[in-house]
Amino acid sequence: MGRLLDIQGLTRRFGGVTAVVSLDLHVDEGELVSVIGPNGAGKTTSFNLISGLDRADAGSIRFNGRAIERMRPEAIAALGLARTFQHGRVFANLSVEDNVLIGAHTRLRAARPGWPVFGPIAELALALLRPPAVAREDRALRAEVREILTLFGDRLSNRLDHPAYSLSYANRRRVEIARALALRPRLLLLDEPTAGMNPTETAEMQGLIASLKARGTTILLIEHKLEMVMQLSDRVYVLDDGAKIAEGSPHSVRNDPAVIEAYLGHSDLGGAEPAALETPTSGSRAWA
Amino acid sequence: MSSFIDYTINGLVIGNIYALLAVGLALIFGVANLINFAHGSVYTLGAYIGWAAITFLHTPLPATMGLVFVACAGVGVLIERIGLRPLQGRARIAPLLATIGISFVLDQIVQLVFSPNPRAVPNDLPDWRLNIGGGSIGALDLLIAAIGLVSAGLLFAFLRFTRLGFAVRATAQDREAAQQMGVDVDTVNSAVFAIASALGGLSGLLVGMYYNHIDPGMSFQATLKGIVAVVIGGVGNVPGAIVGSLMLGLIESYGIALFGTTYRNLFAFVLLIGFLLWLPNGLFGGRAVLSTEPLTGSFIAPSRPLRVPPWAVWALAGAAFALPLATGAPYLLQTLTNAWLAAMLALSLTLISGTTGQISFGQAGLLAIGGYASALLVIDLGAPTVVSIPVAGLIASALGTLLVFPAFRLRGHYIAIATLAIGEIVSLTILNWESLTGGAMGISGIPPISLLGQEIYSARAVYWLCLAVVVGLALLQTRLLSSHLGRTLRAVREDEIAARSYGIRIDRYKALAFAFGGFGAGVSGAIAAHLYSYINHQTFDSQLSLLALTMVILGGMGNVLGAILGAVALVGLPELFRVTAEYRILIYGIALLLLIRFRPQGLLGAV
Repeated sequence: MGRLLDIQGLTRRFGGVTAVVSLDLHVDEGELVSVIGPNGAGKTTSFNLISGLDRADAGSIRFNGRAIERMRPEAIAALGLARTFQHGRVFANLSVEDNVLIGAHTRLRAARPGWPVFGPIAELALALLRPPAVAREDRALRAEVREILTLFGDRLSNRLDHPAYSLSYANRRRVEIARALALRPRLLLLDEPTAGMNPTETAEMQGLIASLKARGTTILLIEHKLEMVMQLSDRVYVLDDGAKIAEGSPHSVRNDPAVIEAYLGHSDLGGAEPAALETPTSGSRAWA
Repeated sequence: MSSFIDYTINGLVIGNIYALLAVGLALIFGVANLINFAHGSVYTLGAYIGWAAITFLHTPLPATMGLVFVACAGVGVLIERIGLRPLQGRARIAPLLATIGISFVLDQIVQLVFSPNPRAVPNDLPDWRLNIGGGSIGALDLLIAAIGLVSAGLLFAFLRFTRLGFAVRATAQDREAAQQMGVDVDTVNSAVFAIASALGGLSGLLVGMYYNHIDPGMSFQATLKGIVAVVIGGVGNVPGAIVGSLMLGLIESYGIALFGTTYRNLFAFVLLIGFLLWLPNGLFGGRAVLSTEPLTGSFIAPSRPLRVPPWAVWALAGAAFALPLATGAPYLLQTLTNAWLAAMLALSLTLISGTTGQISFGQAGLLAIGGYASALLVIDLGAPTVVSIPVAGLIASALGTLLVFPAFRLRGHYIAIATLAIGEIVSLTILNWESLTGGAMGISGIPPISLLGQEIYSARAVYWLCLAVVVGLALLQTRLLSSHLGRTLRAVREDEIAARSYGIRIDRYKALAFAFGGFGAGVSGAIAAHLYSYINHQTFDSQLSLLALTMVILGGMGNVLGAILGAVALVGLPELFRVTAEYRILIYGIALLLLIRFRPQGLLGAV
């Protein structure tokens, strides 16, 4: 079992606020590791740093042995890292099928030519001429998308050509996960995959994540629903105020006094209403 | 030395006039997050109202200024009511497009009421000049300086000490919070538009008096100058806008002294691009303009495109090809030929702005590059037109992509402004690069297109040629959209962050869209050059870019068939119904306003 993700001393400051403080974290191949902590603990910031959307002020991130802390998100994705977003970022006007196909972009041979100027021209030419190899690749990918979508039963399979904006919230989250899987990730970052889902949908998502784990997918998970974290995780990291306050097996973390003090102290362990911790700060209009 | 002082004084006076314009733009951007493209039209309107008052009512200067101030304030309130308030909560580009529609309408009304002829604005100021250090200052210079200082002072006092001014500042800082605290945001918007427009109108009047010349065509340049000044000072920053204006005035004035008048606007736009790229927050920073908030420039309303069955499309194309067999009426065929040329432009723009979400206000620059390239290839190098036209398309594609490439990191409104400036820079470069382009004289005697040794000049042949090119480009574009590039470009439009996280190199695909679109636009410009036989730097002006955008919105952003339909509707129909040229722009403006308000997804639906 190799060390797939190895983070050391990761630090990120926003003005006077330090969102992440010298964080050490690692994920081994085949593991499912969870990151928990109250809102503002720095979980999503860490995900943004790992996936290249944000730059760390200090620290190193190694993915599969390569330093990625200075790489751009598109390059990191090409190395086999896929992520979902906390509030969901599906492509609203694209169909379910196209959304998931975008996930396979880094594997697309038709989009491969990388030389400056001539690369894009070659890509354009391949797209317009569509030689048999390109057409074959396209058919194979579409078949693969259908296969990925069967993971969600018939919730998405019979909505292939529906635009994403027409889907329910839970279905949009599922499309996001399908899109991430289409990348065939070596490491999958899931940022609160069950946020906003009802208990049935949550249980379904938990089943799905468990089956991904059983298939050997390496997963780094941010989640507020602690019962789920306890059941799924091999190891758990607990963050508070940007710093790691505990790590270890679900069992040891659950009983760690620092964790109970910082996090579980002001919420029910595995409570039925963890969503209350997770009030989205999206717009004031809802209260206007 | 004396001339240096004169140029300085001149620069400061012009800067003061720009400041009156720019302060309004900055105020409006501050509270409404909107670049008001109708601002220059209010300025022109102010100039004409002043001219009419002086000429017909013989009002003394203070009364004229008061009248202009009040009338333009009223127009400002109307603009806010029509262009902004109904569009709240829409894509951020929607109100911006609405102000473009309003500017079309206002400009056209001015032209219809006052005639397109330039006018002289008389003033009853004393004729003395004060000599200082070899330069001289006239009464008008002092008046303009005084008005600039007084209005800046009043504005400061208003913002600082009045309740409404307080509300304006609160709204500018955080609109939603202000609203929740009980600030009536609509009233604030209204007040800001009134003040901004009143100052803009005053600026127009002063310019008219300063140059003793006004014409209805001056509004667009005025808007652009205001925008440049605002960007220099930091968008939304009122004191910054004043400093930016004075700087712009001085730089222009010294520039003219060193290089000549035709370079004047080139400085402004090069400055604009420079600031957008390297100092996007302007000299004084102020607000973090390029925030991480997803500001997509796209204008795609969630909608299902209308599915037109393929047989219907082919039947339409067949009918279009068969038309010249049924009628030889040259007028009809020429009109439709113009529509096909416009359709090539609309196809290119719908890919860039619709599919890829990069709103471009400078698309006509690509026509100009294509037109000049083909004309020069044929005239200077003796190339046959069958070679020169596609090569011109490639040149437009390469040059256009190269020019916008640095602007790819800009988002939303800023890419629109950058493309606008690039379009203007292309036109001004053509004007000033005399050895290559003939400068202001343009190029005349461009030979007609010849195919297989046969010159194509009959209305029928030209019609068929252009239609065939349109069909060819449309087929290519459809094929592109059905490939992986189609979904990739649309993903770039929808969410750059998510796209990058899935390995999409944004710049590469934006460049691909501009390159593919640039080819079609270049070919359109090249064919047009050979059909017109004469082109100059104004043949393909920015109004054409905005018209193309209207076509694209009319047809449905990103919609290939829609782009062609939009071109036929906006170029062909007014011509066929013999709408006189004066009313045409009015119709475009009203069409744009109605579309944005009631059917933002266009006729066939955005894709």
